[in-house]
Amino acid sequence: MLADKYRSEIDTILAQYPPEEKRSAVMPLLYLAQSEYGHVSPQAMAEVGELCGISSTQVAGIVGFYSLYYDHPAGKRRVQVCTDMPCALRGAEKFADDLCGKLGVKLGGTTKDGEFTVEGVMCLAACDKAPMFQVQDAAGIHYHEGESAEKPMTVDAALKILDDYKKSNQ
Amino acid sequence: MPDHILLRHRDIPNLDQLDVYLQHGGFKAFEKVVKEMTPQQVIDEVKNSGLRGRGGAGFPTGMKWSFLTRGVYPRYLVVNSDESEPGTFKDREIMEKNPFQFFEGVMIAAFAAEANLAYNYMRGEFWDIAKKILDPRLAQLRERGFLGQNLFGSKYALDMFNHLGAGAYICGEESALLESIEGKLGQPRLKPPFPADKGLYQKPTIVNNTETLTNVPYIITNGAAGYRQLGTEKSPGVKVFCLSGNINKPGNYEIELGKKTIRQLIEEYGGGVPGGKKVKGIMMSGASSNVMVGSDDILDTPMDYEALAAKGGALGSASVIILDETVDMAWMTLKTTRFFKHESCGKCTPCREGCYWMLNILERVNKNDAVKADVDLLQNVASQMVGKCLCPLGEFATAPMLTSLKQFRADFDGHTKDGAKKPAPAAKPAATAAAKPAPAKSAPKAAEPA
Repeated sequence: MLADKYRSEIDTILAQYPPEEKRSAVMPLLYLAQSEYGHVSPQAMAEVGELCGISSTQVAGIVGFYSLYYDHPAGKRRVQVCTDMPCALRGAEKFADDLCGKLGVKLGGTTKDGEFTVEGVMCLAACDKAPMFQVQDAAGIHYHEGESAEKPMTVDAALKILDDYKKSNQ
Repeated sequence: MPDHILLRHRDIPNLDQLDVYLQHGGFKAFEKVVKEMTPQQVIDEVKNSGLRGRGGAGFPTGMKWSFLTRGVYPRYLVVNSDESEPGTFKDREIMEKNPFQFFEGVMIAAFAAEANLAYNYMRGEFWDIAKKILDPRLAQLRERGFLGQNLFGSKYALDMFNHLGAGAYICGEESALLESIEGKLGQPRLKPPFPADKGLYQKPTIVNNTETLTNVPYIITNGAAGYRQLGTEKSPGVKVFCLSGNINKPGNYEIELGKKTIRQLIEEYGGGVPGGKKVKGIMMSGASSNVMVGSDDILDTPMDYEALAAKGGALGSASVIILDETVDMAWMTLKTTRFFKHESCGKCTPCREGCYWMLNILERVNKNDAVKADVDLLQNVASQMVGKCLCPLGEFATAPMLTSLKQFRADFDGHTKDGAKKPAPAAKPAATAAAKPAPAKSAPKAAEPA
């Protein structure tokens, strides 16, 4: 149960909002649940609803509306390549295709070892550093981009970064 | 003038460290307002400075503050750091590299609004900025007495928290943002009432963009007259321009309003278009822009609110996407429409259905599986959305669509069975800019990308 395992984190989250507005805590609590369970299961929705005083149906609505919450399991980490227009003008679609090719998946697919689900996503506010990607895992969301326009992210560099994630499991 | 006002971290190393920020006059402006000014005086100063919202709408900031319903408390100050418009990446640099100046702006605004609680709503993808940069610094400000009770020995109290969104562009619309903080779906509210009357938790609330508030310490320190030394009479101040797309040196550039033209932005700051290609189109304010044609007349337009509006564009968030001559506008609008369809919140019918159908038709056009009448239908659907959507998102979706159809109709017809002059090529992105950029012709002082 989240309430037992993360009591102090939950209290810190709730304290950020007026006491009569506990519902405001639903988004940070969902991140906490997702980090614990990998995705937001019906059980997790019920727990989060209980903590902030709304029904699990209302929590499910939130999970469905916001794209960074997931109601189903996928790879251990989501590798999200921005393929939106400004990035695409700088080669992001080819980058995404090549990365998928090296990982042996199609966009939206999960690697055989269950480690990475690769997705094409909308703008990530990094248009000057394209191509770029973020990795979402239990520890949060992390950007990976090239140093500068002159030294952009390469597929090889991305594979190295993903390999480091994998090694960090041990 | 100083080199930078908003991107001051480019001039002063380690400005993201509290002690360095304090050594450079940090929090003196906040101390001044708390000790020497009334909230009304702060509002008047900002009003007189002519500062306008830098998130996109360009509404006069001080005037917005003056709309707060009198006598109703508590009040809230909310920062819009959702920054999700394709082409925009300025608030991110400010929060990452110059966080204390941003905080000081928030704190001054909160004082002016007589708010004791401020929330910084950040897009969820800014997770590391929140957890690794801003949260620890807010804790530091509490420890050092810049946040908390009895600030500078006064009766004023203020605390501030970061609130992470979770991947929804619509939460950049201020009423959707407030719904989101309240723990609801991020769907816009019907206006009026406006947030200054009934905002967060139905209390008077000010919502301002990150960059807008980062201007405020400078205005308090130098006075409205000092701020008006920068920019033009009608568009005072500085603006961070986010330059992206087919450009050699993409990045953020802080420029005085009205002092540089689009051509200068491209050539002097951006180092020109890769391969010396011609500019086909300019999107001044991200994916939601009216597309401006890369003609000499447009390229020589000074970049301020009035001059750009007069040419059919808008300064907006100044997220400038450069499209070179190889870009197919049928492909470009497929991209923008896919974005808006994905981000439509589903609350109002014109946006929900209109984006769906525009994307449906555009996909057929891009697969060369359409006829000219489909392009007319595209025009028809987009035109029917205009003026009928609950919030600006639906209107935004039509802006690149309608201006591209008007100015680059051949790009669309070229894909149709009855309009193609020769067998139509499948639409592809230009994807040229990622190739080796040519060396810049000139290097302005602010040339280093973030």
